[in-house]
Amino acid sequence: MKILVCISHVPDTTTKIKFKDNKLDEDGVSFIIGPYDDYALARAIEIKTDTNGTVTVLNVGTAVTEPTLRKALAIGADDAIRVDAEPTDALFVAEQITAIAKENGYDMILMGRESSDFNGGLVHGMVGEMLGWPSIAPCMKLDLDGTTATLAREIEGGKETLEVSLPFVAGCQEPIAEWKIPNMRGIMMARKKPLNVVQPVGVDNVTEYKSFELPAEKAGCKLVDADNLDELVSLLKNEAKVL
Amino acid sequence: MSVLVFVESDNGSIKSSSHEAVVYAKELGAGEVTAVAVGSISADELADLGKYGAAKVLHAADEKLNDNVIMATATIIAAAASQTDASIVVMARSSLVDAVAARVAIKTGASVATNVVALPDTSAGFVVKRGVYTGKAFANVSLPGAKKVITIAKNTVAAEPGEGTASVEVFSADFGEKDFATARKDVKKAEGDILLPEADRVVSAGRGLKGPENWGMIEDLAKTLGAATACSKPVSDMEWRPHHEHVGQTGIKISPTLYIAVGISGAIQHLAGVNSSKVIVVVNKDPEAPFFKAADYGVVGDAFDVIPRLNEALKKVL
Ligand SMILES: Cc1cc2nc3c(=O)[nH]c(=O)nc-3n(C[C@H](O)[C@H](O)[C@H](O)COP(=O)(O)OP(=O)(O)OC[C@H]3O[C@@H](n4cnc5c(N)ncnc54)[C@H](O)[C@@H]3O)c2cc1C
Repeated sequence: MKILVCISHVPDTTTKIKFKDNKLDEDGVSFIIGPYDDYALARAIEIKTDTNGTVTVLNVGTAVTEPTLRKALAIGADDAIRVDAEPTDALFVAEQITAIAKENGYDMILMGRESSDFNGGLVHGMVGEMLGWPSIAPCMKLDLDGTTATLAREIEGGKETLEVSLPFVAGCQEPIAEWKIPNMRGIMMARKKPLNVVQPVGVDNVTEYKSFELPAEKAGCKLVDADNLDELVSLLKNEAKVL
Repeated sequence: MSVLVFVESDNGSIKSSSHEAVVYAKELGAGEVTAVAVGSISADELADLGKYGAAKVLHAADEKLNDNVIMATATIIAAAASQTDASIVVMARSSLVDAVAARVAIKTGASVATNVVALPDTSAGFVVKRGVYTGKAFANVSLPGAKKVITIAKNTVAAEPGEGTASVEVFSADFGEKDFATARKDVKKAEGDILLPEADRVVSAGRGLKGPENWGMIEDLAKTLGAATACSKPVSDMEWRPHHEHVGQTGIKISPTLYIAVGISGAIQHLAGVNSSKVIVVVNKDPEAPFFKAADYGVVGDAFDVIPRLNEALKKVL
């Protein structure tokens, strides 16, 4: 099984988001593999082990993302590809992935359901459409039987189980697999694994980020005595007007 | 110029988020609004889309579409966009729309923005505000393309019905073999419950509840309020509650008008999924719990004491 896993390079989930000069203020921010992508990677490594396959990790990003790719190699990916470009929008990233998939041929492409920075949730569907492959998201379970995959997709109030033939694209989320933490041996081996830097294919941007803003601050929390819950009800009804 | 809006149903009834999408499409002021509806929906309900601003409804009633097949749904929407020469396609976020929007954007060659939270600013071009950094910030994004696809978050506009009747036409598209490449084997859905992403009120509980056997009082409170139930990540990880109730950074993002959090500490990853709720009420026995900083109203107390009494207090007025 030849698997491509696309990972994003995003601020740690505990980051307090601030902006400077109209972009993220990266001062003191540490970067991680996108949490959803991390689930996709974990499942890919399991499938690779079961099928004696390979896992390639791909990131579209500048040189600053290499430690994130090395971490994916330490977790168990065999090789890495970095498309040397700023990931300016979903279509740009999807075009890069599609070009690499056409060149190398994969049995499946896994990634997170969305990146946790721009949360577009578009790349898996775009890649699927451009390759003419089915795309399934959000995928919370993935099992293989030969060239047929059984996937569970989360839907409102439950889940559906789907069957699809290879190849396909899936946007993954928990509980598809447990996050894997690299061990010392993995970290040592990752240094020697190939990380290939390739040039992007040209694409026109179809969106442009103009500015960022933070949500309005809450006015502050009104505390209500636990012995006076009628007052809470009255505040919800008459002040907040939500009852 | 015209606007196309995708309308989804659940159990044969049009979703309230789809009504919001029709209102949003109308308020764009970018021409006549056509809805494309999928699934078995009564003719009356389809005609009633006129009350929200649709002039016409294209009804794709093909039974094969009832299984919410991602690729086929994208094909239907793109075909409707082409037939109506729509410059903008609007869809309300859902598990289906989140999977379909990208494919529609590629098929129609559109600029696309997901998770949009307001009407666009059209004073210079077409700029939409969308949630980024998992609920921690917003970005203003320009969509320069002649064609655009937008998915909107719940409660972006209010869906109050007015007057009007939409004309309804049967609609189909030329499906390719690949459109049905995924086959649904099984579907499991909690029956009779209010769907969490659609819910206007949500009662949520965390590890502070100590075990799944204690959720009765949460369900009772939700019932009184007509609310959906939700939970924190450890609660679904431990399988105290089903996964589709998990809200936050790695779960569902919701924006109800009322969110009541019981025995949840308010970790930044939890807040990411709920902080666009209009009003947040926190019940926690620890006065230092971080959630109080993100709340509008708070009760410091033991959930096992407070929740049953809050339920009784609410019953008096509801
Ligand atoms: C990458 C990543 C992603 C994550 N994504 C999510 C996510 O999507 N959603 C999410 O929820 N979490 C997420 N988390 C986990 C998050 O960091 C917290 O661990 C989690 O939200 C804590 O859940 P909790 O509040 O239920 O439990 P706890 O933090 O254990 O809090 C329990 C609370 O209950 C209170 N309590 C205890 N007993 C009572 C009582 N009798 N009455 C009233 N109050 C009581 C306590 O004071 C405490 O505040 C994520 C973490 C990581 C690292």
